[in-house]
Amino acid sequence: MFEIGLGHYLFVSALVFCTGIAVMATKRNAVGILIGAELVLNAANLNFVACGRYRVGGLDGQVAAAFVIVLAAAEAAIALAIFLNFYNALATIDVDRGDTLRG
Amino acid sequence: MLEAVVFYLFAAVTVGSAVAILLSKNIVRSAVWLLGTLGAVAGLYLLLAANYLAAIQLIIYAGGILVLIVFGVMLTAQRPLVRFETRPNEVALAAAVGLVLFAGLLAAIFGQPWPTLPEATPSAQVAPVRTIGTELLTTYLVPFELVSVLLLAVMIGAAYLARPQRR
Repeated sequence: MFEIGLGHYLFVSALVFCTGIAVMATKRNAVGILIGAELVLNAANLNFVACGRYRVGGLDGQVAAAFVIVLAAAEAAIALAIFLNFYNALATIDVDRGDTLRG
Repeated sequence: MLEAVVFYLFAAVTVGSAVAILLSKNIVRSAVWLLGTLGAVAGLYLLLAANYLAAIQLIIYAGGILVLIVFGVMLTAQRPLVRFETRPNEVALAAAVGLVLFAGLLAAIFGQPWPTLPEATPSAQVAPVRTIGTELLTTYLVPFELVSVLLLAVMIGAAYLARPQRR
């Protein structure tokens, strides 16, 4: 209980991951979906660092997490540019309205 | 003992803020709760002896991405505090997906024993930033350069996508 191990971190990470999935599934605002994606990436990062500390050793986990953070920043920038175009085209940010391609 | 107390504090803030993101109807409030999750995850990084990563997390996530998200909310707001209602069947489906996924992850995590850290492993000490910098430019040189090219492409692409349309 008071001995914090890898399982504790994996448990927290699993909780955050599933919450992020649920956020992505329930939010209809596109920015809300982006927030859910950030939660999922943070959960993955927590796993990287925890496994790097408790199992692998060395810097592998931390460096992988740093690269994930960079990729998350890139993803957020591109996603927001796409959202701006979405808003300009459809005058709404509700992703359910973006069904122009539906047959 | 102290480590356990601090861990449970940060873990509670992380999970609580994440659940608050899920439950709040207002997108601006969700963005503010995201700050709680990001900061508490930075605290967990500190507990995991990843000081450099904790600083990076606070600078890039809390300082950069969160500001970007708030700008995105402001630029795409039709009316002040616009909110979209989610249909109940969508909520039920999302809850079912989340719970099933969580059950699967729990089965995977607790299906086998995880050894606790022997204190003598070299990773138990905090790696100095100098070591991380040297490693980035030697062992991890190829992904480092790839990521820098990717960031350049992203910068150009975002500026191209978000430019005003001339008709």
